[in-house]
Amino acid sequence: MDASFITPFMTSIQNVFSTMFQLPVEIGEPRIKTDSKTSHDVSGIIGVSGEMVGTIVLSMPIDAAESIVALFTGMEMLADSDDFADAVGELINMISGNAKAEFQRKSVSISCPSVVIGAGHRVASSSNIPCVLIPCNTDCGEVVLEVALRNATETASTSTSTAA
Amino acid sequence: MRILLIDDSKTMRNIQKSVLKQLGYNELEEACDGQDALNKIGSFKPELCLVDWNMPVMDGLTFVKTFRETDKSTPLIMVTTEAEKSRVIEAIKAGVNNYVVKPFTPDLLSERITETLSKCGANS
Repeated sequence: MDASFITPFMTSIQNVFSTMFQLPVEIGEPRIKTDSKTSHDVSGIIGVSGEMVGTIVLSMPIDAAESIVALFTGMEMLADSDDFADAVGELINMISGNAKAEFQRKSVSISCPSVVIGAGHRVASSSNIPCVLIPCNTDCGEVVLEVALRNATETASTSTSTAA
Repeated sequence: MRILLIDDSKTMRNIQKSVLKQLGYNELEEACDGQDALNKIGSFKPELCLVDWNMPVMDGLTFVKTFRETDKSTPLIMVTTEAEKSRVIEAIKAGVNNYVVKPFTPDLLSERITETLSKCGANS
């Protein structure tokens, strides 16, 4: 995958977390994802379409997600509440939208977010799109951005599905 | 002042409500998409709207275009993750008076609201 597809997401998560709730993010070494399981139990998911296609996932352990959502919303809430899912969805929406702005020369759209919560779930996307894991260390714990993107003209069909 | 917050995210509407209440605005109504907003405009009669772009049912840009067919003067501020210049231009052409890119600080949102109301001659 083109490295220029990845760096906007590194700066974007730092920008969103620091601007919205003053949480510093230390970016770890990105690596290629080798299995279909998501990194953690809470996934905020955005689909990308247009001149680029793919899926962006913000994957968080439940404890870290609850801490981050509390900072973001100013309220303690458990992972099984509707408001928790809404907050996680808004986070991945902002991260993806902010990163998308760096692809100025491409016409790219992002979907409304979906959120999946549960141990061992997987987010399946087209097998011909490599997925890069970006580890992000915060004081609330490690979260991972999973970026699977390619140019739409690069061949083959694309399908994305979510399984809990 | 009556302010309508149009965003499909309750979290974002709550953040905006918090900023607006700090600014002294308490007459607030919420809508979860453009169509919901159009349904509420008749009875609520907003004097300012904050509008998200990407929403289900009816997106913010369609809302702005529809709203401007009958109301040319009520200030509209787009609050969105859509940060590309082409999008900003598209929104301004459609009739928004100001533009805030998410993520934003409370101070930035406050500034844009005050600036917009001042430019549009609205009373706060």
